[in-house]
Amino acid sequence: MIPAQGAVLVDKAGSGPGGQWFLAVAAVLFTIGMVGLLLRRNVIVMFMCVELMLNAVNLTFVTFAKMLNDIGGQVVVFFIMVVAAAEVVIGLGIIVSIFRRRKIGTTADSAVLLKG
Amino acid sequence: MVDWIVFVAGTMIALSGAIGVVTLRNPVHAALSLVMTLFGVAVLFVAQAAHFLAVVQVIVYAGAVVVLFLFVIMLLGVDRDEANIGVEPLRAQKPAAAVIGAAAVGLLLALSRVNFTTGASSTAGAADGPGTNVEKIADSVFTRYVYAFEITSVLLVIAVVGAVLLARKPKPLTDEVPA
Repeated sequence: MIPAQGAVLVDKAGSGPGGQWFLAVAAVLFTIGMVGLLLRRNVIVMFMCVELMLNAVNLTFVTFAKMLNDIGGQVVVFFIMVVAAAEVVIGLGIIVSIFRRRKIGTTADSAVLLKG
Repeated sequence: MVDWIVFVAGTMIALSGAIGVVTLRNPVHAALSLVMTLFGVAVLFVAQAAHFLAVVQVIVYAGAVVVLFLFVIMLLGVDRDEANIGVEPLRAQKPAAAVIGAAAVGLLLALSRVNFTTGASSTAGAADGPGTNVEKIADSVFTRYVYAFEITSVLLVIAVVGAVLLARKPKPLTDEVPA
């Protein structure tokens, strides 16, 4: 029998905080990362803000894994972590290769030329 | 009661670290704040019985990734760049960012109160029940998601090769035309 919509996410009676609280924390964390990405100019700090957003999404996945009682959410987070590690390596490699030989500073605004 | 204490502590650590990442001027301090956030998220993982992911979070993120960030910061020597940016290229960016941020947090908080689940049962296995968290993740990763897991190794090899290619010093340009 398929439970009514919304019935799945109702938390079991317990003393701890429900999943909605964790989702709210993840929402705030994601927004902080997004605002930071929009506000900061330093490329490396912007990249850290991307990591913040990734972590917020990971927290959401884990929360839903708990709420829906499905280990798949945690497995997805595992894969996200692998992809994020690869992404950090490549992203930092690109940043280094762009900014290493030029004395132009490392703000995002200083890399306005595609070539040269 | 203990659950609430853990939740509040983890939330405080994670959110204050995140605010530190955004507001601190020095990128090294921002990286250390990032460690704080990652640790707080790991605490929240533990609070939701995702023990394996909490360990991986501390080892991979707080260990490897942030160390990589710090390496690059030291390599490029970017301690104070943002202060002397001079003229603001986009004047409306800060208010626009504030508006977008407020809209995003409102929307996400609203979405976190509702849900769109279909009520379908799990296909990957239950998260609770007998067995440890590591066993359950291993069961799922090595059976249902085994192809994704194998492809991950290809991804990592590609990332390593790409990083080597990107970080290699380019050959000095010569005027000679190769024979």
